[in-house]
Amino acid sequence: MRAFAALLFGGLFGLGLLISGMLDPDKVLGFLDIAGDWNPQLAFVMGGAIAAATPFFVIARRRERTLLGDPLVLPERLTLDWRLVAGAAIFGVGWGLSGLCPGPAVVLLGFAGPPAWIFGAAVIAGLVLGRLLLSGSGAARRG
Amino acid sequence: MHPFLQSLAGGVLIGLASAGLLLVNGRIAGISGLLSNAIMLRPGLWRWTFLGGLVAVGIGAGVLGAPVPTGLTEQAPLALAAAGLLVGFGTHLGNGCTSGHGVCGLSNLSLRSLVATAVFMVAAGVTVFISRHGGGIAGLGQ
Repeated sequence: MRAFAALLFGGLFGLGLLISGMLDPDKVLGFLDIAGDWNPQLAFVMGGAIAAATPFFVIARRRERTLLGDPLVLPERLTLDWRLVAGAAIFGVGWGLSGLCPGPAVVLLGFAGPPAWIFGAAVIAGLVLGRLLLSGSGAARRG
Repeated sequence: MHPFLQSLAGGVLIGLASAGLLLVNGRIAGISGLLSNAIMLRPGLWRWTFLGGLVAVGIGAGVLGAPVPTGLTEQAPLALAAAGLLVGFGTHLGNGCTSGHGVCGLSNLSLRSLVATAVFMVAAGVTVFISRHGGGIAGLGQ
């Protein structure tokens, strides 16, 4: 049941990425290129996603259990540290170089062939490298 | 449909999927974290089925003839590998990416995610600026 629900939500998430334009590195880089011929289209993706999700997060914060009765624990929200800032900066450089972030990269694995596989394998290598080089401390993974 | 509306609709689907995974599974729809824990074989079939749902959409798009983005296929393999390494390492270090911090974290009114999102947006913007317009400044442009 839980695995099936996650399959449906993964499909919905992927469909959203597909129709939103997030799978196209040219659009992503066009959005990030403020000094050039700026394409604001992808601002609507994040705007739409946050507008749709925020009410449900408000509900979730008031609940201790999921709809299926499992414990519901949200990530810690306030602690800032160097890992967060440095990690976000490193991720941003990779995103700005390729126009790809992890969600779209996973969807592209399904139809874009070797370039997507190379990128996906490198992301996994980077995640594993991070685990090897850093202790397992810190907040729960969220992204 | 106007591209802006299409992106808005796609964003709403992403938001609803994230809300669903939170309220039904009790989990944050952060793709880098999902990937990281899945490959470490943490218990939880739901991670694999969620990722399977993402890949299934890609397979379906291919079957229906969606064009593979040229912005991906025209990148040099080594460049893709280098960028992917940075994305993987950075999202592990920073505990999240566009989905976990940018969508779920901001929807959760998280200060951590607000800072992370601001930092990766600025870092990505600066990277694009240097690679596209910085030729005369840093010698890194095309």
